[in-house]
Amino acid sequence: MVSRTEEMILNVGPQHPSTHGVFRLVVHLDGELITKAEPVIGYLHRGTEKLAEDLQYTQIIPYTDRMDYLSAMTNNYVICHAVETMMGIQVPERADYLRVIAMELGRVASHLVWWGTYLLDLGATSPFIYMFREREMIINMLNELSGGRLTFNYMRVGGVKWDAPEGWIQKVREFIPYMREQIKGYHTLVTGNEIFVNRVTGIGKYTKEDAINYSLSGPNLRCTGVKWDLRKDEPYSIYDRFDFDVITHEGGDALARYHVRTQEIEESLKILEQAVEQFPEEGQILAKVPKIIKAPKGEAFVRIESPRGEIGCYISSDGKKEPYRLKFRRPSFYNLQILPKLLEGENIANMIAILGAIDIVLGEVDG
Amino acid sequence: MSGEKDLDQLKREAAEKAKAAALAKRQAKAAEGAGQKQEPAVSETKPSAPEMATADTSAQNAGGADDLAKKKAAAAAKAKAAAQAKKKREGIVDEEPAAQAPAADSGADAGADDLAKKKAAAAAKAKAAALAKQKREGIVDEEPAAQAQAANSSAGADSDDLAKKKAAAAAKAKAAALAKKKREGIQDTEEPAVEAEVSGAGDADDLAKKKAAAVAKAKAAAAAKRKAMELAGGAGADNESAPAGDDAKAKAAAAAKAKAAAAAKAKAAAAAKAKAAGGDAAAGDDEKAKAIAAAKAKAKAAAAAKAKAAAATKGGASAADSAESEAAPSANQPYLDKYVKVIEENMGSEVLEDFYINKLSKDVPTLVVKRDAYFKLAQFLKFNELLGFDYLSELHGTDFETHMEIYVHLYSYKNRQSVALKTKIDRNDPVIESVQPIWAGADWPECEAYDLLGIKFTGHPNLHRIFLGEEWIGYPLRKDYEPYDVEV
Repeated sequence: MVSRTEEMILNVGPQHPSTHGVFRLVVHLDGELITKAEPVIGYLHRGTEKLAEDLQYTQIIPYTDRMDYLSAMTNNYVICHAVETMMGIQVPERADYLRVIAMELGRVASHLVWWGTYLLDLGATSPFIYMFREREMIINMLNELSGGRLTFNYMRVGGVKWDAPEGWIQKVREFIPYMREQIKGYHTLVTGNEIFVNRVTGIGKYTKEDAINYSLSGPNLRCTGVKWDLRKDEPYSIYDRFDFDVITHEGGDALARYHVRTQEIEESLKILEQAVEQFPEEGQILAKVPKIIKAPKGEAFVRIESPRGEIGCYISSDGKKEPYRLKFRRPSFYNLQILPKLLEGENIANMIAILGAIDIVLGEVDG
Repeated sequence: MSGEKDLDQLKREAAEKAKAAALAKRQAKAAEGAGQKQEPAVSETKPSAPEMATADTSAQNAGGADDLAKKKAAAAAKAKAAAQAKKKREGIVDEEPAAQAPAADSGADAGADDLAKKKAAAAAKAKAAALAKQKREGIVDEEPAAQAQAANSSAGADSDDLAKKKAAAAAKAKAAALAKKKREGIQDTEEPAVEAEVSGAGDADDLAKKKAAAVAKAKAAAAAKRKAMELAGGAGADNESAPAGDDAKAKAAAAAKAKAAAAAKAKAAAAAKAKAAGGDAAAGDDEKAKAIAAAKAKAKAAAAAKAKAAAATKGGASAADSAESEAAPSANQPYLDKYVKVIEENMGSEVLEDFYINKLSKDVPTLVVKRDAYFKLAQFLKFNELLGFDYLSELHGTDFETHMEIYVHLYSYKNRQSVALKTKIDRNDPVIESVQPIWAGADWPECEAYDLLGIKFTGHPNLHRIFLGEEWIGYPLRKDYEPYDVEV
């Protein structure tokens, strides 16, 4: 007969640093094994979609900053892109480049935060400090560009709000080789570390089929070998002008996700390098758009690649200046669904390592 | 204990109250702008509340009798009533005038303000008449919206305000032209409302001046409008489903009327502008004639441009509209044809309510499935060899007030193709099968739709209020939602 200990229920969060926000997890334990895990979310639900029904399109943009606050640029972009798609607005080239540079800088910053905090979750403190140092440089650059450190409110329907300040492009150009040098250092510090590799190999493993079935996207999907990146496969903005690789790994475990994300930083740097090279000397940063923006009657759903996966925006418009219905497809929300399945039968000690590898932002999970 | 009971009762009462209020609100809304709804069935709904009365009368007037005097008298009476209504509903009306009102007000002195209001009333009536006429097509106020958008987009190199004024002046010129025609005895059944409006608005002195300015602007506006029209796309497209016959005429008249509405609002501003422009444009009969000619030409151009836009655009606006205006084939058309063919071969032609390419949404093939076949079709879409939609990208619900809608965006990694699947469900009994057993990724999105819209998914393993918690009263994303607050 198989012996079982008495069931113990362990409550994790919502205020616990390793949940990366306000995420609660009710874990049922049999000894040290997890028999069942119930995620509880909603602590950060602000009703963005409801609020948006009373707001004009431009007024909604700052709300998107607060969803995925580690990569607000992509959020800005997705709503602008949805409205532009509906209205058929052609974004000026210079604005497109500024958007791509901003988004890719944001992607690097976001992956750096993940990298640092994931290691912090696993008990390594110093990488976190190093990675936040570089991330701070990016944030300062984006701050110069937009006036905000995290909540940029930078993009507008038809372009961007501010042009690059004097010498800013040069700063980005100089940052790229510096960052490459730093990444080498990180890899020596972390990636080759045997303790780290043993810690994350084989945990939180799922197959390609599971990943697709659970609607996973981004690095969580690419870690199973699905070569899929919306920047490449459904190009938006000017991503079809850049030469970069879609990083995939076959493992499907936490280590594979680690490799995907860290290597994606280098691909982003590649895009940045080309973007600053091609950056147009001058030009408009905002297309000619009506003062009061009205999406035509109808509906649209667009999706783009955020650092966490596929972020989408659905707009149903009745021709007014506010959307009739706005819906964000938030990648963290979808990606987190698989967690109970991953945790079942796992050791309690692996719980945080698995959760961390999914890379969630709670502002985005709760919408 | 009694306190607890009280609280429960309080909650119940509050919920009931909220419901009642919501119902009232919904009714009011249903009476008001039917244009807010996307349902094709809405075509039966009457135009907006304040406009309804006038719409009906003017419909009678315009449709049946040809007694001009009678019409004028009626129009005058209506103008007053409408003016009063207008005062009351300032701001909740059609958003377009509301948007432009500030511009008009700011540019107006006290006297002009009054005038503007009167004119606005007349304009509202003109619109209502147009609405009534086009009711059979289910067209509501996209027309003015499209026009307004055109006006907005005509900003071109100048500021937006200027564009508005231009549009206003141009519209006035048109309205005047029509009125003139009338005065000269040219009978046109479409005109009475516009006529009334112009005579209401017509203190001749100002008019002449403004018309002079209009000539200069009309041309620029016409060009800008044609361009903007294509941009306005889907909004305009809805109007095009009218039967051929007097279509073009009706449209031209409607356009003039809609513009007249804008004109009335921005009239004060336009007047100021006209004065400024007066320097270069000599006022006189000559100019007036020119204005008329220009206006006529423009009306024609507008009609033509619209026809073109109709051909070019295929509104994803509402299922019915888009189905019948399939003109330019999209790159995704073969895929749509393939899906439909496979589905009809295997499941019969009864399952699909509609299918079309949604031009607004990057040409995604869209299938509208009957509610009863939703689950089966979902299963088919995933497991059929030729379709193989293995990835659920997005699932959500929308409250369209007449019904609820589920929108599912699917992707096939095998065939590298997208499809949007939609189904309509009863708003009063929003129940539908869960697709969680087909795509595990539908789990939380369905919980979200249940939490925020109250849609029940049968067969879902763990349907719960994922964000708000089980104690929450009401479903926030429903359009009639009233927040419950114990302290209020």
